[in-house]
Amino acid sequence: MTLLTDLNLHPNRVVVAMSGGVDSSVAAALLVERGYEVVGMMMRLWSEPDCDGEVQANRCCTPQQMADARRIADQLGIPFYVVDVKDHFRQTIVQFFLDEHALGRTPNPCIECNRQIRFTYLLNQALALEANHLATGHYARVQKTADGYLLRQGVDTHKDQSYVLHMLTQEHLAHVLFPVGEYTKAEVRDLARRFNLPVASKADSQDLCFLSDRDYRLFLRQYSEQASRPGQILTEDGTVLGQHDGLASYTIGQRKGLGISAPEPLYVVRKDVAGNALVVGPREALGQARLRVRQVSWIAGSPPDTTIQATVKIRYKAQPVLAQITAVSATEALVMFEEPVGGATPGQGAIFYDGDICLGGGLIGDRDGSGETALSQPQTQTQTTTQLADIPIIGP
Amino acid sequence: MEKRQVYLDHGASTPVLPAVIEAMRPFWSEQYGNPSSHHALGRQANQALEGARRTIANLLHAQPGEIIFTGCGSESDNLALRGVMLAARAAGRGNHFITSVVEHSAVLQTAVQLTELMGFEATILPVDGYGRISLTDLEATIRPDTVLISIMAANNEVGTLQPVEAIGQLARERSILFHTDAIQTATTAVWDMASQPIDLMSLAPHKFYGPKGVGILYVREGVEIVPALTGGSHENGRRAGTANVAFAVGAATALDHCLRHQADHIAHYESLRDRLIDGMLATFPEACILTGHPTQRAPHNASFAFRDLNGNDLLMHLDMAGIAASSGSACKSGNPKPSAVLQALGLDDTWTKGGLRLTIGLQTRKDEIDYVLATMPGIIDKLKKINLLFA
Repeated sequence: MTLLTDLNLHPNRVVVAMSGGVDSSVAAALLVERGYEVVGMMMRLWSEPDCDGEVQANRCCTPQQMADARRIADQLGIPFYVVDVKDHFRQTIVQFFLDEHALGRTPNPCIECNRQIRFTYLLNQALALEANHLATGHYARVQKTADGYLLRQGVDTHKDQSYVLHMLTQEHLAHVLFPVGEYTKAEVRDLARRFNLPVASKADSQDLCFLSDRDYRLFLRQYSEQASRPGQILTEDGTVLGQHDGLASYTIGQRKGLGISAPEPLYVVRKDVAGNALVVGPREALGQARLRVRQVSWIAGSPPDTTIQATVKIRYKAQPVLAQITAVSATEALVMFEEPVGGATPGQGAIFYDGDICLGGGLIGDRDGSGETALSQPQTQTQTTTQLADIPIIGP
Repeated sequence: MEKRQVYLDHGASTPVLPAVIEAMRPFWSEQYGNPSSHHALGRQANQALEGARRTIANLLHAQPGEIIFTGCGSESDNLALRGVMLAARAAGRGNHFITSVVEHSAVLQTAVQLTELMGFEATILPVDGYGRISLTDLEATIRPDTVLISIMAANNEVGTLQPVEAIGQLARERSILFHTDAIQTATTAVWDMASQPIDLMSLAPHKFYGPKGVGILYVREGVEIVPALTGGSHENGRRAGTANVAFAVGAATALDHCLRHQADHIAHYESLRDRLIDGMLATFPEACILTGHPTQRAPHNASFAFRDLNGNDLLMHLDMAGIAASSGSACKSGNPKPSAVLQALGLDDTWTKGGLRLTIGLQTRKDEIDYVLATMPGIIDKLKKINLLFA
């Protein structure tokens, strides 16, 4: 997350990451209205080729979206540039997606893209253009206090995206603006109409941006050989109940479609990647009182000295639940829930909140046979692939 | 350093001269007649149109009937290739044409359509490390059914001049028509249609201080072309559509002005071009190379390639510094496709995405060149730092 230093930054200049969508267009318009010197920028990302092997545009930057963003920029009278991050995106985000699935995890590529691309590469491009700020269309708020910067949830809690921004540090927050975080989505659409932006009614983006039009499991099967390797379906005590056709096809908490019969309903509890086994158990086995969280970062810059009480979101769309959080090291934390929580999925974010203030967060560790998630295991990447059907692995 | 606005993209377009604007002025709302009309206003418009045609013909030592006004340089190229090949087909004269890999897309994409959709055959000649075709190659590819050779006078990206006279001579000896896209050197080379072995030549007035929206195609008397736009008998039946009188007058005025001052203009371009080239190569002895021929190049063109840099990033930073430049790659999409011209020159991947073209104009001043030279190191330094963070 290194940022360029020793630059002669213009305090009033801001680069807006534009996607051609409503949120970033309104963000740009608001900044122009507030008198900033605004520069529009779009990243060109990688996408898998389509079934004919034709190179496709990433859904975040199709020619249509590029044209939309350029039209908005022209209308606002600001420059608009496209920067290429295709190779870097493929090498980091797409590879990370494959590697994590091979380890039986369910990564959130948007978190990684923010960590490794948007608030590093793009922020650096902004700084190199001597802009003091990078603005995005995220629903979140940055608040400056005497003790530093706070990351707060967006005013529209349904749209809040602080979940995928938890890795930002004080150094980043000093350079980041989220103009639409002060508004609800409905207000943002109204603003788009007031600014006469021809994007007011555009649908929100969905799905993984780098997939061509197909299920991500098909993508995993093609790019990760082990993804469709069949194996056994077991209970925790080792009883074989059936065969699975590749760990990637199953999701934590899944009950239907396992093709096994048992006296009580059985659910996918975890994936034993080393043994290429799908472990099932009764509903109670899904509940976890403790989570280990890895790759933790704290907005304040350092972990709290003592155990704190906070709420934790274990998925982008999950309800926050009450927990005690203890920092085990600078980058690891132990979460103890008041009530056992079901559906914690290794690789997803576990993000910590004090009310609407995001304290930080990390990625849910792997679950071992004891029913507790362990800290990051050695990254042996010669294993099987992965997981699940209905976990919302999609970020904003 | 204070930010300035420096325009170094005259290879893309030029400002219209005040004298040209003045010459065009009567034809908007005073002498607005259609030159095909028989009434007084029509006759007035026709006089102006034919006067412009005569002026251009005289400047090129051609006949007025050999000058066709088109809508742009690309249309001139299109009409030359498609017009000649379709006329040859109609007359049963042959099916093959020869062009080169570094031609403007107006020629290359027309060639694609002629071959892929219309059944013509084409030979695309390679170029040497400077961007020049070989006359030996050319001679070897001539076939009995070769109808046309189309080779540009100067490359739009790297500025290299082609041996136009020798190519035309060879074509003439073999009774093959020769078209040249002379858009980059319309007013900085000597064009004498009375003595030069050129059968068709494309010009674009907005590259020499005339208006956009008008092109010129010279077609030697006796050369048959099939019109691309069909309709009325405008332009002697070779380009239908009401003539743009104002722009034709503007084109003639601009050509006249530039050729009248040709020697001074060339000296101005060359001195600033060489200052820019020498300064750039001295500033970046390792990271930057000159692309195109060191001496046989368009007087206004300074083109470079930067090692391991993305030309689009460079253009973005230059733009933010107030400097208008261009690169060879598809810049607006941010897709860093390597430049096909730089690839044709034999440069490898470390260079072909990092093209930069700076083209001098009449208003360009020495201190603007110095501003560019002073601005570049900071930009290159920042881009290298970003690249290092993500290597």
